[in-house]
Amino acid sequence: MDFLRNLPFFCIMLAMFTGIVSSAVSGRAARRLTLAMVTAVLVMSALTLVYAEQAGESTTYLMGHFPAPWGNEIRFGTLEAFLALYFAIIMLLSVLGGWSHAVIDIEAGKENLFYVLIDLMMSSLLAMIYTNDLFTGYVFVEINTIAACGMIMIRQNGHGIVAAIRYMVMSLIGSGLFLIGISLLYDVTGHLLMVPAHSAVEQIVADGTYIVPLLVIIVLISVGMAIKSGLYPFHSWIPETYGYATPTASAILSSLVSKGYIILLIKIFYRVIGFDTVISSHVLNALFAFGVIAMIMGSVHAILQTDCRRMIAYSSVAQIGYIYMGIGLGTKAGMVAAVFHLLTHAATKSLLFISAVGLYEVSDGRTDYLGLRNAGFRNRVAGLAFSVGALSMVGFPMLSGFISKYLFATAALEKPHKMLITLAALIISTVLNAIYFLRQVVTIYSGRPGEAVSTGRFIKEAIAESTFSERFASIALVLLNLFLGLFSEVVINLISRGLDLFA
Amino acid sequence: MSISVLFASHLEETVAMILFGIGFSLLLLNRNLIKKIMGLNIMDTAVYLFLTAKGYIYGRMVPILTDGITDPNAYTNPIPDGLVLTGIVVSVSVSALLLSLTIRLYDRYHTLDLDKIIMEWRKEEDA
Repeated sequence: MDFLRNLPFFCIMLAMFTGIVSSAVSGRAARRLTLAMVTAVLVMSALTLVYAEQAGESTTYLMGHFPAPWGNEIRFGTLEAFLALYFAIIMLLSVLGGWSHAVIDIEAGKENLFYVLIDLMMSSLLAMIYTNDLFTGYVFVEINTIAACGMIMIRQNGHGIVAAIRYMVMSLIGSGLFLIGISLLYDVTGHLLMVPAHSAVEQIVADGTYIVPLLVIIVLISVGMAIKSGLYPFHSWIPETYGYATPTASAILSSLVSKGYIILLIKIFYRVIGFDTVISSHVLNALFAFGVIAMIMGSVHAILQTDCRRMIAYSSVAQIGYIYMGIGLGTKAGMVAAVFHLLTHAATKSLLFISAVGLYEVSDGRTDYLGLRNAGFRNRVAGLAFSVGALSMVGFPMLSGFISKYLFATAALEKPHKMLITLAALIISTVLNAIYFLRQVVTIYSGRPGEAVSTGRFIKEAIAESTFSERFASIALVLLNLFLGLFSEVVINLISRGLDLFA
Repeated sequence: MSISVLFASHLEETVAMILFGIGFSLLLLNRNLIKKIMGLNIMDTAVYLFLTAKGYIYGRMVPILTDGITDPNAYTNPIPDGLVLTGIVVSVSVSALLLSLTIRLYDRYHTLDLDKIIMEWRKEEDA
């Protein structure tokens, strides 16, 4: 069993080497390699989760066997292993769901490069989840950014490149702030490994020296990560990027990329700075405020959109707001809610992007919401999947979105002075969510049958085109959503135990 | 503490922070893509200046064993320098990526002004 402790490191390396090998093979082979790699990571992460559950404590894996103040470490507990498993599932389903479109969207002969980017993305996400070293975290943040930028611009039209450059500029501002933040942290603590850095920070707080630098560090790191994950005032690139990328890329960008940064931020809060110190610095209040504004403004913008994918993209802005609001509550319950919502959003957004594509296929490629009239009858699987995703985002019972809203509401009750705002924001945001998601769901199931932009033959061809794997991915994501909604107790327990091990 | 004292006691750190601010505002506010990339490089270089300045201890040598001196107090810590090298690699690759994107955009829109590019793009969008 002790062999299993090597698996997280092996997962990261496997993903990276698959990327290198994929750059030299054909598109089809690269796709198969990627799918095999993600499946392998999935299995290995499941084994890691079993190992972490049995160990009942965080395991530190020394790379190169240099003990603590030196060397580089990987550390994993229940939550890390679970997140790796979960991300691998989402990644697998996103690739399965969108590969037939990737073939069309990507210039011939360059398809393998797309899978290189997915491999790099997977390795950087895993590294951000597992790493116990600040600078390694920074390096993988940059790898993640570059891979994401490549995924946006792989669709070779004007949109892709403009969206990519806007994404890059905002992202680099965020990583610049993050870099100067960890440099300052290294300066005041003298450590890059998270655990020794934590004892140094505790010493600083106890002595009362470096109070202002510590505050600046917390602000820089939080703002940097908030910009990178697209919190409200820094959200301008989100609709452009998610709305125009190829479906797999949209699903991965919205459900995984921004989450990786949030997890790294939570990890730094817990493991390096200490959550109590973060709370007493009041930075969380700012995150809370922006989170609440994002919840409302994101939904308002989403209502104003006519294009279905831009609408889903703006809804992401609101959902990121939910997550930051949960973090901003500054309690453990709030953090559990935030992590749970992170899982919910990952499952639901990839489901929405994948199933929305299934609906365009049967609507002459029209993407505005009226153009999708009646599409739910023409492609039943995609229609069902889209409805489940939309209802989950609105917070329909049995689905995951309901549980996360419930968790946010109960977490808010512990914080009397934030309770009213949180509850009000939840209610307003739910109503707004309902307006634009239900409008879309009603549209895809309304209109006379046969009153379609397409001819019957076209529809049959389109449904035949919507491949088996796309339908499989949609249904698997629906089931994942139901799992999170119906067996939430298991997941919440796991998150709660995992967060205890996080510190 | 007045500015002159700050300059006298922490010259490199102060300069690094000023440079960081300059680079940051260039990257955020300038409309010209090439200047944005220059801003990015100034910003990153400021961080490297900060790290090297903090990592150097006056009177010590680089950590390469010379003349048989094995006392660790004679040498500086190599980690900050290592971080700078890693950071340089990262910023070089990011700059290269941005420059290649800029070339693509210039070929398509014949301008380097990001606002104009976005306006053109919106027009194409509506058309």
